[in-house]
Amino acid sequence: MRRAAPEINAGSMADIAFLLLIFFLVTTTMDVDSGITRRLPPPVENPDIDIKVKERNVMNILVNKNNRLLVNGEAGDISTLKEVAKKFMTPHYPDNPSYPEVEEKTIALIGTIYSSKGVISLKNDRGTSYDMYIMVQNELARAFNEIKDELSVSKFGVKVDQLTEEKRDAINEAVPVRVSEAEPENIGGN
Amino acid sequence: MPAISTSSLPDIIFMLLFFFMVTTQMRETSLRVKIKLPIATEVQKLEKKALVSFIYIGPPTNTKMYGTESRLQLNDQYATVADVPEFIALEREARNEADRNFLTTSLKVNKDTKMGVVTDVKQELRMVGAFRINYSTLKGGKKQ
Repeated sequence: MRRAAPEINAGSMADIAFLLLIFFLVTTTMDVDSGITRRLPPPVENPDIDIKVKERNVMNILVNKNNRLLVNGEAGDISTLKEVAKKFMTPHYPDNPSYPEVEEKTIALIGTIYSSKGVISLKNDRGTSYDMYIMVQNELARAFNEIKDELSVSKFGVKVDQLTEEKRDAINEAVPVRVSEAEPENIGGN
Repeated sequence: MPAISTSSLPDIIFMLLFFFMVTTQMRETSLRVKIKLPIATEVQKLEKKALVSFIYIGPPTNTKMYGTESRLQLNDQYATVADVPEFIALEREARNEADRNFLTTSLKVNKDTKMGVVTDVKQELRMVGAFRINYSTLKGGKKQ
């Protein structure tokens, strides 16, 4: 008579699975990496030649080592920075000498629009804290995002994050994020 | 009273295990610097994790031995700003040729660090042509 094969004891299966589970819990991370993405400018080949940008097209932001702001030569504040930057970067037509120049652009899906030629120049000191720097970058990003949202609502009726990829690309082309991080230099001493 | 059947317990645990295996990824480096990320609202998610290399800057975890001045960490060890080009070159080497231009450098910097060292690193990155950077931040609510 053939004996039935003895059943494998599965009682310790749970323990083995638990052990694996704990191993994975310890060795892995779940945090989603997020942050502010920027593009660095290519290195300047000849630093003596200054690229001339019209003064009215540039908004100067300086952050000193005490984390104080200087916006276009006047003391600024982080709480008003977004509004100032947004006002500056919103295209003004007809041409207004106190705002940057505008250019006509023809973009697929949007048509012909006016786009600001403004540039925001951000300079920081070596002693500026990283926290402050990120706060300034964040406020600038907020200003650009609001301009994009407004354009998107007027053209497509919805905000940027609900657009399809092609439409989003069109908006990004219409509102270029021009934040120039100038060559580092010591301002306000260290 | 009959004993509760535990025969399905392994299945439940396995399910949990698979959930964690899918949603998480392996910790690659052990941090030697303290990183308390700043908070920002306008954050974008970092896509394509395989094409991201990380640079950590912050005060050392072992302050008795290394002091409190912010240090740079590349891979698993402390480094200086001069080591950044080589690090980027190695990171590029490790990737597919087609992907090399899309390599993003994520800067994980402690919020109390001074910009001096960050600027130096950025200058090095510009020199070697690693233009895509990401200032790593936490996603926070309204500031202030």
